[in-house]
Amino acid sequence: MTAYPSASAAVDPSLKLQRITRLNRWTMGAVFAAILVFLPIGAVVFLSFGDSGDIWPHLLRTALPEYVGTTLWLLLGVGLSVFLTGVTTAWLVTMCRFPGRRVFEWLLLLPLAIPAYVMAYAYTDLLEYAGPVQTALRALFGWQSARDYFFPPVRSLGGAIMFMGLVLYPYVYLLARSAFLEQSVNVLEVSRVLGKGPWQTFRSISFPAARPAIVVGVSLALMETLNDYGTVDFFAVYTMTAGLIDVWLGMGSLTGGAQIATSMLVFVILLIALERVSRRHQRVYQQTSSRFRPLPVYPLSGWRSAVAIGLCALPVVAGFIVPISVLGHLSVVYFDRSWTSEFKMYAFNSLALSAGAALMTLMAALFIVYARRLKGGRVLGVATRIASLGYAVPGAVLAVGILIPFAAFDNALDAFLRKTLGVSTGLLLSGTVAAVMFAYMVRFLAVAVGQVDSSLEKVSPSMDMAARTLGFRAGATLVRYHLPLIKGGLLTAAMVVFVDCMKELPATLLLRPFNFETLATYVYRFASDEMLGEAALGSLTIVAVGLLPVLFLSRMISRSRQLNVVSSVGDQ
Amino acid sequence: MGTGCRRSRFVSGSLIALFLAFINGRAWSESAEVNVYSYRNPQLLEPLFNAFTSETGIQVNSVFISKGMLERLQSEAENSPADLIFTADIGRLTDIKAAGLTQSVDSASIRANVPEQFRDPQDHWFGLTSRARIIVTAKGVVPPGAIARYEDLADPKWRGAICTRSGKHPYMTALIASVIAHDGSDAARQWLIGIKKNLARKPQGNDRAQVKAISQGECDIAIINHYYMALMLADPEQAVWANSVDVVFPNQSDRGTHMNVSGMALTRHAPNKAAALQLMEFLASERGQKMYVDDNGEYPLKPGIPWNALQTSWGTFKQDDISLTAVAAQRAAAIRLADEVRYDN
Repeated sequence: MTAYPSASAAVDPSLKLQRITRLNRWTMGAVFAAILVFLPIGAVVFLSFGDSGDIWPHLLRTALPEYVGTTLWLLLGVGLSVFLTGVTTAWLVTMCRFPGRRVFEWLLLLPLAIPAYVMAYAYTDLLEYAGPVQTALRALFGWQSARDYFFPPVRSLGGAIMFMGLVLYPYVYLLARSAFLEQSVNVLEVSRVLGKGPWQTFRSISFPAARPAIVVGVSLALMETLNDYGTVDFFAVYTMTAGLIDVWLGMGSLTGGAQIATSMLVFVILLIALERVSRRHQRVYQQTSSRFRPLPVYPLSGWRSAVAIGLCALPVVAGFIVPISVLGHLSVVYFDRSWTSEFKMYAFNSLALSAGAALMTLMAALFIVYARRLKGGRVLGVATRIASLGYAVPGAVLAVGILIPFAAFDNALDAFLRKTLGVSTGLLLSGTVAAVMFAYMVRFLAVAVGQVDSSLEKVSPSMDMAARTLGFRAGATLVRYHLPLIKGGLLTAAMVVFVDCMKELPATLLLRPFNFETLATYVYRFASDEMLGEAALGSLTIVAVGLLPVLFLSRMISRSRQLNVVSSVGDQ
Repeated sequence: MGTGCRRSRFVSGSLIALFLAFINGRAWSESAEVNVYSYRNPQLLEPLFNAFTSETGIQVNSVFISKGMLERLQSEAENSPADLIFTADIGRLTDIKAAGLTQSVDSASIRANVPEQFRDPQDHWFGLTSRARIIVTAKGVVPPGAIARYEDLADPKWRGAICTRSGKHPYMTALIASVIAHDGSDAARQWLIGIKKNLARKPQGNDRAQVKAISQGECDIAIINHYYMALMLADPEQAVWANSVDVVFPNQSDRGTHMNVSGMALTRHAPNKAAALQLMEFLASERGQKMYVDDNGEYPLKPGIPWNALQTSWGTFKQDDISLTAVAAQRAAAIRLADEVRYDN
């Protein structure tokens, strides 16, 4: 795009001026959005400059080394688990043909709709000492007490890794699958002609091409792991987030908590850097023509197809069918105690908030990413990364970060209007649904930015040049040419953000207005008191409501490749 | 400055106010209401609020906030819509007062209903109910009388027999703080180390989960708040757990059983002060106190309120009458102690 800057200047100086101002409007908009999103994180960092007394010497001497160690093990375990599960299943359902493949294509997404804390509740109910599994084992072998046999403890680091891995692998699956779907058929065919088998093709062609998307997926899962409090608290696994909450609420030091939160940002910056590095020197532009040709696939038969079915079924059974069965059973037992007339309203609140936030987030992400594509540069690069930080900050801390600037704005406006007009506005934004939606946007912008970025990156810049040559402005180019090409990626982003919003708890809890419940806060009422029976129906409803868009969008994504295929789609 | 100018200023001001009220979604209605920020689970408070509304016609708006309430109040400052704060322990009441977010309440009726040791010396907060931190033991496994004091829990003969929730939960913190206040920090450390060594498993779950563990034979002894017994007995599945344990009110021969309170405070900038005061007085009154006993199984603070059947069956017991503020003062020390002995790990 910058190949002939002087040429246009020579032709018509006013044209150049026009172009600069127009581009600057994008830049300024993107920078403004990034600043807005950074406000809450900035507030947390600011809080950490206070004096936390002698909390750090105490922590260093006692619990901190363990917090850090546990956090690292958890990240490593979850990272490996989501990588292996997500990439394997995505490759199988995209590039291989075996019975049940089309069903697995969307079944594999289902665990995404289950909040990690709900998963933890369900599995604890099932696997703990008093649960049906161990009780049955004791009856079967005649064991009398816990001392007679070994059973891995559910509430442990291992349990946290396993169950968080099961709900988080869909991030990797989803992104890897859309990357595999966008592969160039030409390149795959060349690989075949050269006599490479499926493994070699995967290793040397498909995996490298999908790597940016996979790394985005893994880093999203890791950030989600880092900010999780519900699961680690329930499992009594002491990560930095658990320690932070402890310092803040137990020892009453918000400053100390903010300091731990700020030091956790180092992890995030490392994750983001990792993602950047993995994308360096990599420009794989999608082939617009071959997009609509079916991918060459590997038909599997015999034991190979059985293994494929087994590998795909495992995460679905463990990550969805088992927990849903546990919750379903509890819902039936406790139905009379948990069904209330307000249920529909809570579901509507959740849906409306999440849909609104998903749309807002997607637009902000598109704006930021496209502005960077238009004008590159260091400022926008930094802005994009800043916009991603909110994802890894624990929700409760981020919520405090939102409270502070919002209330400051409200109070300043109130004071100003009182002085000038004699009118009090009270709190305009604090304690409203707007604050909750903003929290969702800050929190989940990283998800949308990562996905939109990796989609838009694959659109060749020659598209921009052609469109601009035809006289379309930047905005029109985006709408007419880019959006149709990256539709699948946008839908994926919207879907993940939507489902994340449905599950969000701590920020909703703190920022919501009076008498306002979402399904998540309603479930928390009971779950926080370990009344799992009463919480089961609400949890099931979160999953059910979250599933609708998952299924709908999953269809749209797989159709994004098939849309214009005239006939003989490569299925079967 | 003519009147015309002032009038137009007034008109434009009202229009802006109306517009802002509209986008804010806040009803500018005349009907009385009270706004509540609560640390307590809403299902425990809703029946009481409903009774109050039907008696007075005053609407109660509430929001359950478990983390960050203090920060929300602080940042909302004088524009905060909150009138009342409800908490489930003494620590948060003293925290909110210390942060300067409460105001003194002058009510003869509340003073008459809430005994002096259960309210703030300057009347910034009031206890509403009290709860005993009791010990439960496996029926038929631990002989009656084998455990009579909190101190007995540290005895090596109970190795691998005890279950508790996290040592940093406010209920455990208050118990540890009370031991520090009574016995000093060195004795408290030895005591906590002793219990830690006797734990059957890593501290996890809430108080109910400990009773469940006893009923399944995972451990024999647990420390819980007394009202969980009532709540479990009311649940078809959990009644089995509750029936598997004996109840011990500790330290009857010396200082008495450790008690904590749930309580309320009026915020410093309460916009609906009169209505809020009415709700406070209602909850401390005979009707409110009786509901706390019957619905939640808590102990009333107002003298002369009849106990429920379960409480009557346990009978009267000696309560630790150390001042609540003295216990609250040891909270930070208690949490550090739990860290130092690595109670939760």
